[in-house]
Amino acid sequence: MLGDRTGSPGGASDVPLAPLPYQVRSVVRETPDTATVAVVPRGSRRIGPTRPGQFVMLYAFGIGESPIGVSDETDGVLYHTVRDAGRITHALTRLTPGDLLGVRGPYGHGWPMEAARGKDVVIVAGGLGLPPLRPALREILRDRDAYGRLEIVYGARTPKDLVYYAELQEWRRRADLRLQVTVDAAGRDWYGDVGVVTTRLPDARFDPERTVAFVCGPEIMMKFTAQALVGRGVPAESVWVSMERNMKCAIGLCGHCQFGPSFVCRDGPVLSYGELAPRLGVREL
Amino acid sequence: MANGAAVGDRSTLSRPNLPALFAAIRAAGYAIVAPTVRDGAIVYGPVERVEDLPIGWTDRQDGGTYRLVRRDDAAVFGYNLGPTSWKRFLFPPHERLWTAERKEGSFTVTPEPTDTTRWAFFGMRACELAALDVTDTVFLKGAVADPTYRARRSRILRVAVQCGQAARTCFCTSMGTGPAVTGGADLILTEILLPGPHRFLVEVGSPAGAEVVDRFAESLSPAGPDDDRLARETVERTAGSMVRRMDPTGLRDLMAENLDHPRWEIVANRCLSCTNCTLVCPTCFCSTQEEVPDLDVRSVERWRRWDSCFNLGFTELHGASVRKSGLSRYRQWLTHKLGTWHDQFGTSGCVGCGRCISWCPVGIDLTEEVAAIRAAPRSSGVEARGR
Amino acid sequence: MSEISEEVREAIGRHPFFAGLDPAFVREAAVGAEPRTFGPGTLVAREGTPAETFVLVVAGKIALEVGAPDRPTLTVQTIGPGEVLGWSWLLPPHRWRFDARAVKETHVLALRGDRLRPALAAHPAWGFEFLRRFVPVLAERLENTRVQLVDLHAR
Repeated sequence: MLGDRTGSPGGASDVPLAPLPYQVRSVVRETPDTATVAVVPRGSRRIGPTRPGQFVMLYAFGIGESPIGVSDETDGVLYHTVRDAGRITHALTRLTPGDLLGVRGPYGHGWPMEAARGKDVVIVAGGLGLPPLRPALREILRDRDAYGRLEIVYGARTPKDLVYYAELQEWRRRADLRLQVTVDAAGRDWYGDVGVVTTRLPDARFDPERTVAFVCGPEIMMKFTAQALVGRGVPAESVWVSMERNMKCAIGLCGHCQFGPSFVCRDGPVLSYGELAPRLGVREL
Repeated sequence: MANGAAVGDRSTLSRPNLPALFAAIRAAGYAIVAPTVRDGAIVYGPVERVEDLPIGWTDRQDGGTYRLVRRDDAAVFGYNLGPTSWKRFLFPPHERLWTAERKEGSFTVTPEPTDTTRWAFFGMRACELAALDVTDTVFLKGAVADPTYRARRSRILRVAVQCGQAARTCFCTSMGTGPAVTGGADLILTEILLPGPHRFLVEVGSPAGAEVVDRFAESLSPAGPDDDRLARETVERTAGSMVRRMDPTGLRDLMAENLDHPRWEIVANRCLSCTNCTLVCPTCFCSTQEEVPDLDVRSVERWRRWDSCFNLGFTELHGASVRKSGLSRYRQWLTHKLGTWHDQFGTSGCVGCGRCISWCPVGIDLTEEVAAIRAAPRSSGVEARGR
Repeated sequence: MSEISEEVREAIGRHPFFAGLDPAFVREAAVGAEPRTFGPGTLVAREGTPAETFVLVVAGKIALEVGAPDRPTLTVQTIGPGEVLGWSWLLPPHRWRFDARAVKETHVLALRGDRLRPALAAHPAWGFEFLRRFVPVLAERLENTRVQLVDLHAR
């Protein structure tokens, strides 16, 4: 089942857990507390190529490291969308072009792209769950004919919490995918759908038995979404979610990211709902 | 020496000649860490002389209790386990990993120099050899081996002792880890107090052990006809005297299926989340990382420090902890140790050393907790859990 | 009754909510029913006013709005084609509980509550089948509200 999932054992540095110097090329403010930071190596050394759904440890010099998903890798530039949610991410969202930071990775198992080939693909993102899904979406679009129907459902709390606004417009215009965007609540200036992300699933068109779903967002959103997808007949093993836990080392040695038997950093972050379902029902696991 | 010692060789070392073993270990290039009395407990630390060992001391242990008591003989190994475990010499409680310095718009990372000390772990018990196996699996057999553990681990000499007595907290027989030393040591000692002169049976466990034996062969005599039998009887007597038990069958499933067991709440009401059990445990491996910048943040040090799943901040995510309740944290510790450890590393995380029982300030005893859960298991974890 | 438009009756029968129901009941439900069109931004229902119709959405989008004096009007849900708008017409005191506003041009079928209620009461088989379709709508809205309540995006 997991045979086709790709991962990499460690960072490119020969010093264990040591970041490589990178610098900021550009910063795009996505929402009031979220920024997309593009980084390039500062020097000749770079981390290995990333796979959709993998993450890196971003290092704010003198402050510390935080696990951040890779939201794009193009022409050697790594893109990371970071929400200001603590000391380290605060520093990361405050970076400006030219600033120094550290990167190590990539880490973890990403989206099972091989398993999705030839199938309908349903991508469900909640809030900041979209960035880690974007590389998967891009890979599908690069080789569009290798996949069946492509349904994207993106939900956020309010319209101002939506990220990648321009790209959403672009995806909406495409004929080879269907994008539904919904928000939990909106003012009169919002002409789109209002309702939690699960309310848009009944409108998504896919053949449940030959569908692979990639779900990323807050844990509770992923749980409800996975339940709804399974309710539509998608096998639980074909629903993949990206878990998030406290991480210090990202290589399965520090113990922080355990979720039952899984080390989220090493065995995940993308795990099958079939495997996780019983655990998602246990409080404070 | 033309005919050196071989693995499996047994000989007898008289108590007066014990310093010769110390000397031979040093001559082979090792510094010795051994049990020694400090702060009212038997701990492991660097020792110089045989006299630094806890000669004539023993310990009285039970749930939440540890007391040193004088023996009425001069046994060298007449005690069991104290609060330290050997893991601290392979995986130090606080360790600098690297330093980094800002330079010309970039930074350079300098790794901490490899610790090249060659330690002889003198007096390892069978359960501690089992614990070493467990930490080897954790730190060396994953996708990424821990380099500092590996560097230290590659340089140790393991001098084991078969236990001549059991503490009330010991349950190695339940976990299948002791008290007999069945492998994984370079030298294996068994202390024989009586009958006859005070002596040790010395067995060679590895080529490294043989090399040490070769250095003091003149201090050894061939094992007497009774010594093998006496050593065996010593271990059997120790095994027979063990009072604590934990049924190890199906622990992985028992833990997985009882995440909602009411017993967790009972034990959580006693647990202080003090982290003692994780600190004394010979296999607990969790750590955190600390960034230590100098004042102008031109250079920083990265440290690794032991952490514990009992700490509230251990699971902090976006400003809140995943495991907020004491219940969830105790459950995590025990279900990991006895359950999910099997999924992760193919072995139990518990070796039956009993340290967590002695050093728990309120005397929480995992063997009791497991027995209580086993006595009234939940039929189905998922069903009963609800939400 | 003479006020039945065959066209409207057929449209009701095609709406997912009514599809497959007893034709006699569909016929009864079509009495006095009429198609209505709402332009973008216009009110479909106003909070507190009598809820006289059962509204089936055929095309477009309707926003359910909550207004409060101390904050901007908030849309809490949108309803699209194939869905139904509310149950105020069914339950006393038959008054709308929310503002419902067309987000874009919206076509609905407006069924008369004062015809439906006695028909359902007089024919328990119809009533039961009708509720069997209505309860899932209520359940789904309740569940969605709960999900909204836990705030999926809370950090």
